[in-house]
Amino acid sequence: MQPVVELAGLRICFGKREILKDLSITLSGRIIGLLGPNGAGKSTLIQTLLGFCPIGAGTARVLGHDIRRHIRKVRALVGYMPETDAFIADMTAVSFIRMMGELSGLPPESALERAHEVLFYVGLGEARYRKLGTYSLGMKQMAKLAQALVHGPRLLILDEPTNGLDPSARQRMIRLIRDIRDSGRMHIILCSHLLRDVEETCAEVLILKQGQIVHYANLAEERSTNQCFVEIETAGELKGLTEDLGALGCTCTEHGAGRFKMVVPADFSLREIYRVAAERNLPLRRLNYRRDTLEDIFLKAMET
Amino acid sequence: MAVYKQSYREYEGRHTALWARFLILPRYSYARLFQSRFLVIFMAVCLFYPLACAVFVYLSHNVPLLTALRFRSGALPEIDGQFFYVYSVVQGSLAFLLTTLIGPSLIAPDLSNGAMSLYLSRPFSRAQYVAGKMLVLLLLLSLITWVPGMLLFLIQTGCVGWHWARAYAWLAGSIALGLGIWITALALIALALSAWVKWKIAAGALILGVFFAGAGFGAAINNVMNTHYGALIDLRLVIHTIWADLFRHDVRMDLSVTEAWTVLGVSCLLCLGLLAKRIRAFEVVK
Repeated sequence: MQPVVELAGLRICFGKREILKDLSITLSGRIIGLLGPNGAGKSTLIQTLLGFCPIGAGTARVLGHDIRRHIRKVRALVGYMPETDAFIADMTAVSFIRMMGELSGLPPESALERAHEVLFYVGLGEARYRKLGTYSLGMKQMAKLAQALVHGPRLLILDEPTNGLDPSARQRMIRLIRDIRDSGRMHIILCSHLLRDVEETCAEVLILKQGQIVHYANLAEERSTNQCFVEIETAGELKGLTEDLGALGCTCTEHGAGRFKMVVPADFSLREIYRVAAERNLPLRRLNYRRDTLEDIFLKAMET
Repeated sequence: MAVYKQSYREYEGRHTALWARFLILPRYSYARLFQSRFLVIFMAVCLFYPLACAVFVYLSHNVPLLTALRFRSGALPEIDGQFFYVYSVVQGSLAFLLTTLIGPSLIAPDLSNGAMSLYLSRPFSRAQYVAGKMLVLLLLLSLITWVPGMLLFLIQTGCVGWHWARAYAWLAGSIALGLGIWITALALIALALSAWVKWKIAAGALILGVFFAGAGFGAAINNVMNTHYGALIDLRLVIHTIWADLFRHDVRMDLSVTEAWTVLGVSCLLCLGLLAKRIRAFEVVK
């Protein structure tokens, strides 16, 4: 598969401040999550890929095109949904999306046809003749997505697409992103600080911290190799419990006050823990079972 | 594809030429601007004076009519540099008013609504954006300034004959150049101020302020300091000086022609600098 984004020693500085530090990676997944705490450099990386930020050092290629030499080509292939409000208040949605389509190179008739289509697609069909200034925040987000899709890009860059959306609007947005992903015609870079959004949609995750790549994960692979965790809380005679649990194939550690944490094998049956507790006549006050989530991956990455 | 299917599909059609995309902006801007009835009426009013001038040119060569009206031959003013100087002053002032009406709404809303990142994330450059927005003003201002001016020149030529056109060919150049630089300067100032304050109403006030406050300050400086350099910040006086020189109109001005051209050139460069600073996809907060 052709790489979507290739970074080699990419360095971005604003004045004397280094924002992105020596980023080198090749991303080729269908949908790539870009994660990181606020100020990690996610938006700067996106703006760099769009040619908005001057490159200090290194190279960046999008869909095989160098962004320094072929930025117009890159922009023709990319659809961008910015994080902040971006619209023209006194234009109707359909004429706004049409204009954006025309600026991307579509002839006026095709742009009009596509504007109607994408507005229906994102669920704004009924409101397409309303002025954008009268839209709610959720509708504005959808209009931003529509303008990013109108010219049929090969790479869609979504910067915090669920920002400010209520739960049902968020679900609609996630459903749309999944639908675009499943159409198989477009790559997506989804930048978010909401782990749930990324977990629900992305196949690959790139985690940034202070302008550096701290982790890159293929979520599907991580999920298949992830360890399972069990936390129990009990009371009574605890001496030798660690060894008994260890004999079941678990890696067990005691955390005081009757709390134990175990890493259990993939085919482990929780009944074994109940059996050991019953044999030792220990009450089980709490038992939590969970797999490694994106949150764990993220938190681990943040600790590095 | 029927819209009811509501599924995403790629675009596989042809694309338009890159160089022509800046023409899209004026098309959409005009569609919005001409929804205003006031603007349409104002544009029509702006054409009254050129129409009156055209009637005057025609009448001044219609000897039977002049005789019937008991005008002596030669009693009417000549169609020469002075005639077109006055024409430029009148139409130039109207062009300024039209600029204050239209100019502020061109860039300020895009910047205040954060639309720049949408424009510039497409194969569309900052220069094309500015050119597109400038064209909105330049075309409208041309319609009320140098285009009717050239038509008047042609009417006069038609009435008098080609020998007049040959003798006064410099006038055609002066009309195009004099009014051309004025509307270019107006468009640049309006766009730069609109980009600077990002607020339509404030931008309109600022455009008025630059011209009227500039004239006031200039006069105050001249009176207090007993100098003529205050005229350097009076853009109205600057352009009148240039017009007087171009139309060979003998009138005393506070500025030399060189000073006037320099001020106009520097003003335009400042505006371009301001536009280059402001027209960006995003702002770096320091």
